Amino acid sequence: MKNRSLVSITDYNQEEMLQILDLAAEFEKKPNQDILGGHVVATLFFEPSTRTRLSFESAVNRLRGRVIGFSDSSSSSVSKGETLKDTILTVSNYSDLIVMRHPLEGSAKYASEVSPVPIINAGDGAHQHPTQTLLDMYSIRKTQGRLENLKICMVGDLKYGRTVHSLLIAMADFHPIFIFIAPEELKMPEEYKSLLDRKGVEYYEYKDIGDNMDDADIVYMTRVQKERFSDPLEYEKVKNVYILRNAMLGNTKPNMKILHPLPRVNEINYDVDTNPKAYYFQQAQNGVYTRMAIISKILGVK
Amino acid sequence: METKKELKVNAIRNGTVIDHIPSSSLFSVINILGLNKIGQQVTFGFNLESKKLGKKAIIKVADIFFKDEEINKISLVAPDAKLNIIRDYEVIEKRVVIIPDEITGIAKCMNPKCISNHEQMTAHFTVVEKKPVALKCRYCEKITDQDHLEIH
Repeated sequence: MKNRSLVSITDYNQEEMLQILDLAAEFEKKPNQDILGGHVVATLFFEPSTRTRLSFESAVNRLRGRVIGFSDSSSSSVSKGETLKDTILTVSNYSDLIVMRHPLEGSAKYASEVSPVPIINAGDGAHQHPTQTLLDMYSIRKTQGRLENLKICMVGDLKYGRTVHSLLIAMADFHPIFIFIAPEELKMPEEYKSLLDRKGVEYYEYKDIGDNMDDADIVYMTRVQKERFSDPLEYEKVKNVYILRNAMLGNTKPNMKILHPLPRVNEINYDVDTNPKAYYFQQAQNGVYTRMAIISKILGVK
Repeated sequence: METKKELKVNAIRNGTVIDHIPSSSLFSVINILGLNKIGQQVTFGFNLESKKLGKKAIIKVADIFFKDEEINKISLVAPDAKLNIIRDYEVIEKRVVIIPDEITGIAKCMNPKCISNHEQMTAHFTVVEKKPVALKCRYCEKITDQDHLEIH
């Protein structure tokens, strides 16, 4: 993994994913280590994503690396019309690794082709966000003790949600059973279902939560966004159907954990937060350990 | 058999005849092969009758012999094109075009949010279906299908 860019979750094979998870577990036990020896990591956020940026910067700081970068393209030369290529080539002179977030799809792949230093994709439009997938996997393994043979229920926007697509691809090789719960307009796209068919993975589709998540080990919630609907009336009809409330968790399995990539708006009611099955804030914390592992592997210090 | 058909486009002595081009693709073919930038004689027929294509176009390029990888670029817009290689007014070889597995440049990704439509860069595609053609963008990984294919 040394010096290799991480653009898409498919850049890592299963063994490499497991190596990241194992290393993240080591970092969780001892989160502050002086191992980056002043390596400089650039965080280039062409669109703001405070949570993701702080998670990466926290990971670098805990390992005693240095961070440079910008948090919004309006404060960089991009606002003067500089191309992505020029920005990447310039910043690669100042840093050992570039973490980038960009609104356009495929931007991280292109950056990895022009950059002499490795790139970590921290989200390129609706396309990929591989570090999110690895932290989701870490959270799943940590709470369930394994990745294999789990029942994973995905709820909400399964059509546009890049986190659920990447997680599906990554988990498909661990013999899962998937339960998809989404409105008609936001169903899991055919291409992902046919991928599961090819791999012989079982999946079930429902339109409402009801008791369909009762035997799930993981419930992965996503936001149903109003702007995704062509017909506003459709949104009004479904907007309250995909809200998780504490009262709905009574018959769920004791080991079940609720994940969410955050930020949430209203899809998980606040009364769920105190339920021990709520795991989304610990999930965010796991993001720091996972990113520490990814950065140290790519910089070759672990 | 000797009732020789009248030629709509003058014969060439040496060179390449590209036949069975859909009329709507004629100018794309000219652009892709850069025939508007060469010094040799180029003649073409447009909206000629064709049993197979309805209206077809034909291009005759004097003194130019295309390499496979060069001519295969037109397969996206003229998949049924036939090439006749001419020496001394005689057809010495017939060739068909083959859709390559990878496409560099030529096509445009149909995803408006793809980086390749915003940066000065070359588009790259993997051909995932050959008929009708479907291209997968190397960058955003979205599929551009035949109906949305734009050639430049």
